[in-house]
Amino acid sequence: MDLNFFFEVLIGGLLAGIMYSLVAIGFVLIYKASGVFNFAQGAMVFFAALTYVSLVERGWPFWLALAAVLGVMIALGFAIERVVLRPLVNQPQITLFMVTIGLAYFLEGVAQGVWGAQVHALEIGIQDKPFNFAGVSVSQFDLFASGTAALLVLVLAVFFQKTKTGRALRAVADDHQAALSVGIQLKYVWAIVWAAAGFVALVAGLLWGARTGVQFALTFTALKALPVLILGGFESIPGAIVGGLIIGATEKLAEVYIGSSIGLNIGTGMENWFPYMLALVFLLVRPEGLFGEKRIERI
Amino acid sequence: MFYRLAGQFKSSYAADQQIFPIRQDRTFIAGVLIVAFGVIPLVANDYWLGAILIPFLILALAALGLNILTGYTGQLSLGTAGFMAVGAFAAFNFMLRVPGMPFLVAIALAGVTAALIGVVFGLPSVRIKGFYLAVATLAAQFFIEWVLTKFGWFSNYNPSGVISAQAIEIAGYRFDTAVSKYLLTLGIVAAMALAAKNLARTQTGRYWMAVRDMDLAAEVTGIDIVRTKLVAFAVSSFYCGVAGALWAYAYLGAVEPQAFTLDRSFQVLFMIIIGGVGTVLGAFLGAAFIVLLPIALNVGAHAFFPGVSTDLMSNLELVIFGGLIIFFLAVEPHGLARLWQIGKEKLRLWPFPH
Repeated sequence: MDLNFFFEVLIGGLLAGIMYSLVAIGFVLIYKASGVFNFAQGAMVFFAALTYVSLVERGWPFWLALAAVLGVMIALGFAIERVVLRPLVNQPQITLFMVTIGLAYFLEGVAQGVWGAQVHALEIGIQDKPFNFAGVSVSQFDLFASGTAALLVLVLAVFFQKTKTGRALRAVADDHQAALSVGIQLKYVWAIVWAAAGFVALVAGLLWGARTGVQFALTFTALKALPVLILGGFESIPGAIVGGLIIGATEKLAEVYIGSSIGLNIGTGMENWFPYMLALVFLLVRPEGLFGEKRIERI
Repeated sequence: MFYRLAGQFKSSYAADQQIFPIRQDRTFIAGVLIVAFGVIPLVANDYWLGAILIPFLILALAALGLNILTGYTGQLSLGTAGFMAVGAFAAFNFMLRVPGMPFLVAIALAGVTAALIGVVFGLPSVRIKGFYLAVATLAAQFFIEWVLTKFGWFSNYNPSGVISAQAIEIAGYRFDTAVSKYLLTLGIVAAMALAAKNLARTQTGRYWMAVRDMDLAAEVTGIDIVRTKLVAFAVSSFYCGVAGALWAYAYLGAVEPQAFTLDRSFQVLFMIIIGGVGTVLGAFLGAAFIVLLPIALNVGAHAFFPGVSTDLMSNLELVIFGGLIIFFLAVEPHGLARLWQIGKEKLRLWPFPH
């Protein structure tokens, strides 16, 4: 076996996994703070990327467009809290999950209705070309993406650890009622969390958009992030990163080595279900994922 | 006043345990069945039968299946369409490969095949719960879709993976008109709905609800939860499998695996949420709502804004559909079946204040 080739596949997979993690982080933020499984994260990624690219194409300078989209995503977070979540306080989780599917349809419809449904190319100044690193060729764009992801995690970590709002978020994540009793406003915290998830969606949208073009298929990034999520655990940002790395690497390795070596040519199209199977097998051993909170059940 | 129970005395155990203990309910169900079997075939045209009523009935059956799993047993599943696909392709292959296979047997075997696959993909539910399980059922959805597309054997090596349903023939009678297909579908759906209603009152049904309400407590009281969950997966997948087979045979005639994508799973999930989780009636109300809504939107849009572009229309449909779901869940999280319940309470008193 060609070791160099193996490393190339492995590193390519790891870096692709980072892209999955970016979407998964958005899920984790919301799930941790409000217990809502936000299926609309993919739609938010699409919405953010499409809004940004449409503004840029209308001649806005990129920083202004970026600021505008960020503003829109934050406003969206507050609007979602007010209109969607507040009437549904104390409803079962499945109801909240369903409502986010409705939200996903809504956002997809609005984004395409306002900006049109054609595919846009997005240029963020980094080319998707490989360069040689110790004999292994690595995509420059992938490195940039993982750098951005690292920065994003750093920013989120500082936000959660050092700011007052961040600490309020963590308090709510730990225990809703205890947080309420020390005077933290739940509705404010939820709005902030959704806005933060909107910000993550924007970053993910720009990177994914630059790679694949801004198109409707961006909403399916959510489906890529789900196995990452259950593998890493719903409540953990490190879990989302590690889960993304594992899924990305094994997916690529399986496609290259299992897919082609059996000789059945079954490799194509495997990437749709393989991560799920992998995560599923893993869950049989650890039902709460790698870094998820262990459930303690009492009667 | 119209829904009063006064004067209805039960004088035997059989009367006390009958499936519809209230006379008005019996009259209502009988009325619905008479209209569905007797009146609709006479008055409805082929468009209504073929394009609205048949898909409505089939999707209601699938929703019933999902309701058994999600509503009664509390295991959230996103793999409904996958099990429907298993049913459709299994029925096709039984009809194709077994000479002289009777149609109804093929449908039943399709259901059994789906049930077996359902049990396999239900195995993780022994260990994992909640959203972890929901995501795990997506594995079933994507894996089944991939297998059916990838291996030509399942579609008899049709180059585009499409299966064309054979003609339906039962005891020498060919079901080739819309009316006959409607009656066939209605018969199967009505029988299975009654079975589901009954099943919920059996020991198995009570076990399901116990597991839903609190699985740990159920286990402590001696319920075998592994068995209970797997039975729920099997029965639910059986219903979905039959629905899928009917989708191919009674509705479309020719289907490909892409007819059973994740969107279809969500559609069925919407039906039980909007209709009412954990009720048989809810599956039908939800299916009616979800089938009729896009049609009503389309007709409405063309009536009020003539010449609206299809592009804008499809986006508008998404927005309105999403918006309605949000609105609906905010206003009545327990679904249409709950509204029905409230309506009956009101009828009990009306027109008197108490």
